[in-house]
Amino acid sequence: MSLFDPGLNLSAYYPGTLPPEWPGGYWIHWGVFVVIILAFVLLMAMGFIWLERREVGRFQARLGPNRVGPFGVLQPVADAIKVLTKEDIIPAKGDKLVYWLAPVVAFVPVLMVFAVVPFQDGALLADLNIGILYVVAISSVSVVGVFMAGWSSNNKYSLLGAMRAVSQLVSYEIPLGLSILGVVVLAGSLSLNSIVEAQHIPFILLQPLGFLIYMAAAAAEINRTPFDLLEADSEIVAGFHTEYSGMKFALFYLVEYCEVLAVSVIVTTLFLAGWKGPLLPPLLWFLIKVFGVFTVIVWVRATVPRLRVDQVMAFAWKCLLPLALINLLITGIQVLVWPEVLPWAVVFLNLAIMVVLILLWSKFFKLGGGRVEV
Amino acid sequence: MVIKTEPFVVNIGPAHPSTHGVFRMRATLDGEVVLDIEPVFGYLHRGIEKLAEERTYTQIIPLTDRLDYLASMSNNLAYVLAVEKLAGIAVPERAEYLRVIMAELQRIASHLIGVGAFLNDCGAFMTPILYMIREREKILDLFEMVCGQRLTYNYMRIGGVSHDIPEEFLPALKKFVDSMPGFIDEYDQLLKENEILLARSKGVGILSREQAINISASGPVLRASGVKWDIRKVDPYSIYDRFGFEVPTGSAGDCYDRYRVRVEEMRQSVRILKQAVEKLPAGEVRSEVSHLVRPPAGEAYGHIEAPRGELGFYLVSDNSIAPYRFHVRAPSLLNLTALREMVVGWKVADVLAIFGSIDICMGEADR
Repeated sequence: MSLFDPGLNLSAYYPGTLPPEWPGGYWIHWGVFVVIILAFVLLMAMGFIWLERREVGRFQARLGPNRVGPFGVLQPVADAIKVLTKEDIIPAKGDKLVYWLAPVVAFVPVLMVFAVVPFQDGALLADLNIGILYVVAISSVSVVGVFMAGWSSNNKYSLLGAMRAVSQLVSYEIPLGLSILGVVVLAGSLSLNSIVEAQHIPFILLQPLGFLIYMAAAAAEINRTPFDLLEADSEIVAGFHTEYSGMKFALFYLVEYCEVLAVSVIVTTLFLAGWKGPLLPPLLWFLIKVFGVFTVIVWVRATVPRLRVDQVMAFAWKCLLPLALINLLITGIQVLVWPEVLPWAVVFLNLAIMVVLILLWSKFFKLGGGRVEV
Repeated sequence: MVIKTEPFVVNIGPAHPSTHGVFRMRATLDGEVVLDIEPVFGYLHRGIEKLAEERTYTQIIPLTDRLDYLASMSNNLAYVLAVEKLAGIAVPERAEYLRVIMAELQRIASHLIGVGAFLNDCGAFMTPILYMIREREKILDLFEMVCGQRLTYNYMRIGGVSHDIPEEFLPALKKFVDSMPGFIDEYDQLLKENEILLARSKGVGILSREQAINISASGPVLRASGVKWDIRKVDPYSIYDRFGFEVPTGSAGDCYDRYRVRVEEMRQSVRILKQAVEKLPAGEVRSEVSHLVRPPAGEAYGHIEAPRGELGFYLVSDNSIAPYRFHVRAPSLLNLTALREMVVGWKVADVLAIFGSIDICMGEADR
């Protein structure tokens, strides 16, 4: 296959989206999108860092960074320069190779998630027919990097953070996957592009419970409040990256925001109809929705305290998992029995089911206590 | 296969984000569960008691500022009360009212930090404490008006206070007193029934009534365990018998009760402030007292209800210009002795929440 051989001509698949003179060659397409994704992820992560600090500032009755550049937009740049000039410390008794490798292992999978995300119709690196499965599989590799960091630091706080990381991230994979299955059942496809195309009305309306479960489980996956146990600064200092400094720390910091970006993008794609929307260009709609989801995540972070480690686990296994199973069952029945029913009737039915289930669970499922006799 | 596990020791502190200063806990953990905890004190020991014995009675007042640096006015008050008791000095009426106003403002300021820091230890991402610092800032502005300082006030004097309040103080205080209940309601809306806060603090770190009395706990820690004990009521000092206020108590003695007691105490302090502003008389703010007070030989113990509990100063005089013995009964230190009973069997996260709910100040505990 020559370099310019139209092995994969996406502009033929998606006429009207990609420009007609779009180079058909597989490798050119690959190269162009790798550049686009890298630029998108790094720029958005920097934008998110700035936006989060400004928004949290607003939530906390203060201004947030406003010195570097207009409205402090260059603050992430200043931070990056600062972090790059820091001394890079490796603990003397740490496992040096693992310590060095950990940030890379944590960072690469997050970047790989964006390969299957459609920025608009057909504008994606690879339209995998198992796209969402790929996302779930790849993003769970990050936990290995986190555990490597905690293990190799030779620090007790880091080890506690790593222990929490493994138990929490592995547990929340299950409700996360099950809540996605509801969407997959509705769309009838695992490809992210087809899932967006299948959303004549956004799936958040048809899958309100699935959306909430996904948001909760994703918040746990990306260590956001109230599940930010891995780096609970008031308990275990900074968790798994306590010992990291300089560029390695910056990579972990970047991973955190790239993960938030990944979750925002996946939520937008699965539940908020991706690039679809009236009037505005599709890419703009996509970005608006991503920023909207991100704002909700920041809002939660600025509002609630943190759960304890056993409560986090109980929440995954006793609350999210049964609810996700029930949600999947109901969705399956609805798709089987009323494939032709007006969507609006199902919207209200599902909303009612969600309210009833959540009220029922909040009545019987109580967190609290937890003392162990020693 | 049976996996062999063994407990390991983690030093929480002295440099840790939520040890409120330089306190160190040598915690023995089994995974996340705390098996044992050994508090280590003394990282902030500055020898204030010995320093005080080398200084005149008036020179000691700035030293008391450095004890509980989140409640300097209360420390000033407790110390000057002890000296006045020792030397038999009368205080003008207006000065008494000003002292009560300052002490109650200080209680609100200190509880704001106490509650905010507790919520921070529960894992809230700085939001509650920053809201509370917003209100504390107004109190600090008021203090700055009267004495020019924002942390170490050195405002009380033996026989009164250092200066009268400036003109702009009373309108600003009235404005604060009127707005504060609204802000306390705002905190309650955000936090009182927050499901995560309830899960983290209800039933956690219970200190029973008997235990609390046995370790001679005081202040909100004691009252949360259901003991209605407030020095302002049981041994009224200054002019506290002239004000109407309630003593809020808890029932379970858990973290949540300690948090609630502090919030309710803020409401009661606002109530006292309201009455004090109305009744504030005109007149002198300081009686004629020599700078070199030379109390007759003897001893005296002056104690007040400081924000963290019973703060007492024990003074022994040998009829010289400096005290022969100067001892501080620091509520932080005594309340902290309850820590081990409260945390054993809980998780690492609870240790810091319970520690935060005791609300200590290491400046006072280590002295």
